[in-house]
Amino acid sequence: MEKQIILNTRHFELTLNRLCYELIETHNDFSETVLIGLQPRGVNVVSRLKKQLEAILGKEIICGNLDITFYRDDFRRRETPLIPSATNIDFVIENKKVVLIDDVLYTGRTIRSGLDALLAYGRPKKVELLTLIDRRFRRDLPIQADYVGKAVDTLISERVSVEWKEIEGEDKIVLYTPDTNE
Amino acid sequence: MNNYLSVEHLTGIKDLTRKDIELIFKTADSFKEVINRPIKKVPSLRDITIANLFFENSTRTRLSFELAEKRLSADVINFSAASSSVKKGETLIDTVNNILAMKVDMVVMRHPNPGAAKFLSERINAKVVNAGDGTHEHPTQALLDAYSIREQLGTVEGKKVVIVGDILHSRVALSNIYCLQKLGAEVMVCGPTTLIPKYIHELGVKVEHNLIAALEWCDVANMLRIQLERQEIKFFPSLREYTMQFGLNKEILDNLSKKIVVMHPGPINRGVEITSDVADSKQAVILQQVENGVAVRMAVIYLLAAKINR
Repeated sequence: MEKQIILNTRHFELTLNRLCYELIETHNDFSETVLIGLQPRGVNVVSRLKKQLEAILGKEIICGNLDITFYRDDFRRRETPLIPSATNIDFVIENKKVVLIDDVLYTGRTIRSGLDALLAYGRPKKVELLTLIDRRFRRDLPIQADYVGKAVDTLISERVSVEWKEIEGEDKIVLYTPDTNE
Repeated sequence: MNNYLSVEHLTGIKDLTRKDIELIFKTADSFKEVINRPIKKVPSLRDITIANLFFENSTRTRLSFELAEKRLSADVINFSAASSSVKKGETLIDTVNNILAMKVDMVVMRHPNPGAAKFLSERINAKVVNAGDGTHEHPTQALLDAYSIREQLGTVEGKKVVIVGDILHSRVALSNIYCLQKLGAEVMVCGPTTLIPKYIHELGVKVEHNLIAALEWCDVANMLRIQLERQEIKFFPSLREYTMQFGLNKEILDNLSKKIVVMHPGPINRGVEITSDVADSKQAVILQQVENGVAVRMAVIYLLAAKINR
């Protein structure tokens, strides 16, 4: 397995910072906006963005977590069934601008499920998508992100892993490529 | 972690492992959140058809299963013996195979004969969920009871549960004993000698004939209904006498040295096994049990459906 760093700790921080300012450009003071992270890994992005946005704006940003397990289109088609994570949306999304957030955008199927799951909570005014990594040209569905940390060109056999200081010990994004003779 | 149940069908708690039960509870937690949303439905099972076969009367269990299936977006067909060809002499296997010929993936069955669900599961090509087979088992009721205890007390492990009433005729009692013991709880049964099976202590449960002593011992009291429909002979002189000895009223509850949780699988005979003021008190979690029943049944159906191969 070959390892290649896509974003190191310093660029990771810069990228998150840039995404914060891009969000502020569109959403001003966030009075009408909520951030919703997709379980499991999008939640990490949200908690970091929330911290940084609150430091910049000096006010509370409303955030939630959304689990999409029951909305997936591959139920019974996978090797192992998925165990759901917690959904935690204790606010009304009706007429709010929602920013859906995930770490890696790949086939787009997770986001498709996320949109379905989100509508069970009401009718948002607008839904946008933020992703740290966009594995572009690899979509199965017509879905694009509004805010992208970094776009990368990848092979299907490759794997992108977003690692966090809180969990893995270091902020970085790594691309794993299987050896050609494997 | 293995995310599969170890069984292909839910015929009884006896076949489940502790891990299975914990997996069901964890999944039920998510479904409990789902059924408290504005839109209480998820599309997971939209390509699954489920038949509810009720060869015996039921209101709560059938509604609960039907609601659970619909909240998972499964297609549902209902069948009750009273209005069917069973009356014309068709066998169980024939009835079920005819229904399966209509491409049904899962069967939820209640039947008056003990072992009917197991019998069926060995002979048909569909998942079987036992919704009560005679005086044998009622697994989903036991699961929702244990789930409710876990919700009220934080855990089932180490808790003391007394099951009061008609143990002899109760499938709820047997499934509860298996389920609670697998989760590490201590179980006691309490009732008139005639309604306690002779060798029940071999299951590792305590036996007590004094209601007050049993209630002082326990953290949770599960008050069973007196099943007059299953009693061909008299097991006690009169309902009034039963109530005087084994009925739970507010006075007894208030005079206990600690607060206990009162459960009842329904339907309640008000004034027989518990009085109205107990049933409607804060210590009774009877309606929470009903709510949890939908979430637990959703979890069971979801986890079994995950094992259907196309």
